[in-house]
Amino acid sequence: MRKNHVLIALFVVVLAVLPMTTATPEFWITQLNYIGLASLVVLGLVLLTGVGGLTSFGQAAFVGVGAYTTAWLTTQYGVSPWLALVAGLVLTALIAFTLGAITLRLSGHYLPLGTIAWSLSLFYLFGNMEALGKHDGIAGIAPLTFFGWSLSGGRNMYYLIWVLVLLAVWATHNLLDSRPGRAIRALKSGAGMAESMGVNTAAYKIIIFVYAALLACVSGWLYAHMQRAVSPSPFGLNYGIEYLFMAVVGGAGYVWGALLGSAVILILKDQIQNWMPRLFNTDANFELIVFGVMLVLVLQYARDGLWPILSGVFRRLTGGAGSRRHAPAPPEAPALPKRERDAPTEHVLEVDAIRKEFGGLVAVNDISFNVRTGEIVGLIGPNGAGKSTTFNLITGVLPATRGQVRFRGQRIDGLSARAIAKQGVGRTFQHVQLLPGMSVIENVALGAHLRTEVGVAAGALHNDRAREAQLLHEAARQLQRVGLGDYLYEQAGNLALGQQRILEIARALATDPVLLLLDEPAAGLRYKEKQDLARVLSQLREEGMSILLVEHDMDFVMRLTNHLVVMDFGTKLAEGVPADVQRNPAVLEAYLGGIDEDMPGTLPQSATPAAPVAPAHSANATGVA
Amino acid sequence: MDSTIALILLQDGIVNGAIYALLGMALVLVFAVTRVIFIPQGEFVAFGALTLAMLVNGRVPGTAYLMPMLGAIVLLLEIGRAIRTGAWAGLLRTAITYVALPLAVLWATMQFAAPDRNLWLNIIVTLILVVPMGPMVYRIVYQPLAEATVLVLLIVSVALHFALMGLALVFFGAEGWRTPPFVSGQVDFGFMTWSSQSLFVVGTCAALIIALWLFFGKTLYGRALRATAVNRRGARLVGISTTMSGTLTFTLAVAIGVVSGMLIAPVTTVYYDTGFLIGLKGFVGAIIGGLVSYPVAAAGALLVGILEAFSSFWASAYKEVIVFTLIIPVLLWRSFGSHHVDDEE
Repeated sequence: MRKNHVLIALFVVVLAVLPMTTATPEFWITQLNYIGLASLVVLGLVLLTGVGGLTSFGQAAFVGVGAYTTAWLTTQYGVSPWLALVAGLVLTALIAFTLGAITLRLSGHYLPLGTIAWSLSLFYLFGNMEALGKHDGIAGIAPLTFFGWSLSGGRNMYYLIWVLVLLAVWATHNLLDSRPGRAIRALKSGAGMAESMGVNTAAYKIIIFVYAALLACVSGWLYAHMQRAVSPSPFGLNYGIEYLFMAVVGGAGYVWGALLGSAVILILKDQIQNWMPRLFNTDANFELIVFGVMLVLVLQYARDGLWPILSGVFRRLTGGAGSRRHAPAPPEAPALPKRERDAPTEHVLEVDAIRKEFGGLVAVNDISFNVRTGEIVGLIGPNGAGKSTTFNLITGVLPATRGQVRFRGQRIDGLSARAIAKQGVGRTFQHVQLLPGMSVIENVALGAHLRTEVGVAAGALHNDRAREAQLLHEAARQLQRVGLGDYLYEQAGNLALGQQRILEIARALATDPVLLLLDEPAAGLRYKEKQDLARVLSQLREEGMSILLVEHDMDFVMRLTNHLVVMDFGTKLAEGVPADVQRNPAVLEAYLGGIDEDMPGTLPQSATPAAPVAPAHSANATGVA
Repeated sequence: MDSTIALILLQDGIVNGAIYALLGMALVLVFAVTRVIFIPQGEFVAFGALTLAMLVNGRVPGTAYLMPMLGAIVLLLEIGRAIRTGAWAGLLRTAITYVALPLAVLWATMQFAAPDRNLWLNIIVTLILVVPMGPMVYRIVYQPLAEATVLVLLIVSVALHFALMGLALVFFGAEGWRTPPFVSGQVDFGFMTWSSQSLFVVGTCAALIIALWLFFGKTLYGRALRATAVNRRGARLVGISTTMSGTLTFTLAVAIGVVSGMLIAPVTTVYYDTGFLIGLKGFVGAIIGGLVSYPVAAAGALLVGILEAFSSFWASAYKEVIVFTLIIPVLLWRSFGSHHVDDEE
């Protein structure tokens, strides 16, 4: 970490000194100004595309909105450029919000297609509106003044541009390392999981789209006052695509990749424009071909871009792996607010005749059961019994065909996964859903998302450190509780599968749940790990937690649970204390199979209380045959 | 506006719309089978139109040189693969089909190119020169990324669009070209007259759409493509090679692009970058169909053509603005009509 800080300080000092010496050619300053302007736009794309997984080809159009707003307002109405900046930002935010609200509800590729169309139509709009000077654009824009200090020269403008770039880097960096940042990092690969932790993923998608648009707008405002003229062409689709190239080449997932990518592409573009005409004796647009080919190669061979390669080389040179693996746990912080708990023996969860039909197939057939406060209830049954479907009905992942689910007396069927999480239901997933690139403690902190209110602005300005400390302390506390205290800063993807399951339990606990829903928590665990898990769950029960778990391991379930519900073919087969259920003939039959029901003439020995559901059953039978 | 003008505009709109429909269908096909949003489709429209224009003028089109170059890259990739896997069989065949044959075609084109050649011969030469680029482009650009996400494939498509547009400028220069009409004369319907050329365009588009429909419904390869579109892994399990599906799809899509380019060349002046806008209008049609439904995509493309014709009459400067802004209400409508589906795979 130290070495990185030294490097950043060195970078800033070099940047600051460059324009002071007259030895620096004017051309370098101009080039650096353009790199700074592009970096602002690309930073937005890093957050939007690299981190959030949303792609926009239309950032150049937002640059255009910023540039044209200030050009029009300052030349036509003599408005102060600083007011025009505010106007541009408001306009950009409105446009981005509207576009985002329309396209982000649809699946991933509609946003980029929408941005292509929108940037084309804005380009033609700039080029055809009388007030905006048609294809000639607007000239004669006044230079900026900063408290009476004119920023007309390239060297003066340089400082404003780079101060803004570094501020944007700082803010983006902060944002990613905060409560909203963790939610944003979950958008790309764990949106469903994040919703179950109470993250409003749709809102965060719109937020990062607007954030990226605003950065582009600032870049456009700077551009207009640096060039002192605007015309439609630099805001066309080709430039929007070029910004995306910069992000991908530099490393779309890395804040510093934005600066690297902008520098590489702009310097390369300049060199190509210098050399190609000399080599081939034409003035054709060779940079188009070179960029296109380069991008294809980058995506085929180095999909993460150049920045991780560069920083990997640096790390190897300095020998420091930059590992925080053995860093101390986060310091003590005031505890986060906790939910009120119910008195024991109340029903915390009541499942009342819920039913789920997939077409003609009845996957869950009018299942009813209750979970009392401070009880561990096991939901068991052979493969295909409908356990996971029941689980999904309770957690709001699937809508029930009919029936009711009540949590602490209130109906939760029909609510979204997010709303259910908010009421105090924590869950884990059958297939582990972690963010493998994030540290263990950050993964758990995502679980505590709903327990503080840190907005994007507070996160970006680092105005959230006290609340962030609370979150991290809580995450560390939950990890220590489940026995992962030694792995706080390990990458979650590096943990063994069993540990990842335990991590999911810690994350669910961080939501401060009243009811914990565990989907096969012991699957993939070794014997010793299972014993540890059982100990943790018993301890939670003693603290008054209610737990519903789906599990295959009979031994584990029999020893741990207070109450068992057995399902087979979507129907409830039996219910009661484990010892009784274990002796129930119907359960024994379902598990050990006794009779071959496919054989004609063989009557099922009718110990089964409910008839098996025909479609599910026959599907199963033919599947085997 | 009186009814005569309205009818003329409608005719223009239908002619353009038919071409957009053809392109829109190709885009839906490519997306469904390979998950590639095929932005460079438009470049092949321009390649088709401009290659034909060059041949009509008796010149050797630059695209004739591009094919051996792409073929050489394919050969290099195959040699690389052979070194990695140790499987050298089939390299000779690759060398013949991807390098020797394109060189032979280049030589033949150089011999053939002369002014006053028969237009239909020129059309066939154009098809031979440009269509093979479809499978080559798939092999070079998309096949190594076949398992990537839709977004990565989309970015690659845009990169390819950049590269091909740059090449088009090198090959054909910045000036625009037009080709002579395929058929001349007018057809009188009583209430209005249509130029035979317009009827020819609409008829060809309709015939091609029906041919595609038959191909997908009746032939084994068509069904294999449909199977791949429904479920890639399932298709592979029953023995359909996804590489074969991809190659076939790109051949079809590029062929449709080239034919569209040649159909539009007598009606509009085509520049090296015209294809992109034409392709995108096909896209707007395809998006109306949600990138899944062929008939709705075709109807949407017709709508785009007609809207374009009428807006060029009323507000010609804002023609493109109107057409591309149409996508916003369309997306809005789709977002209310469909459940949120995540793009994760």
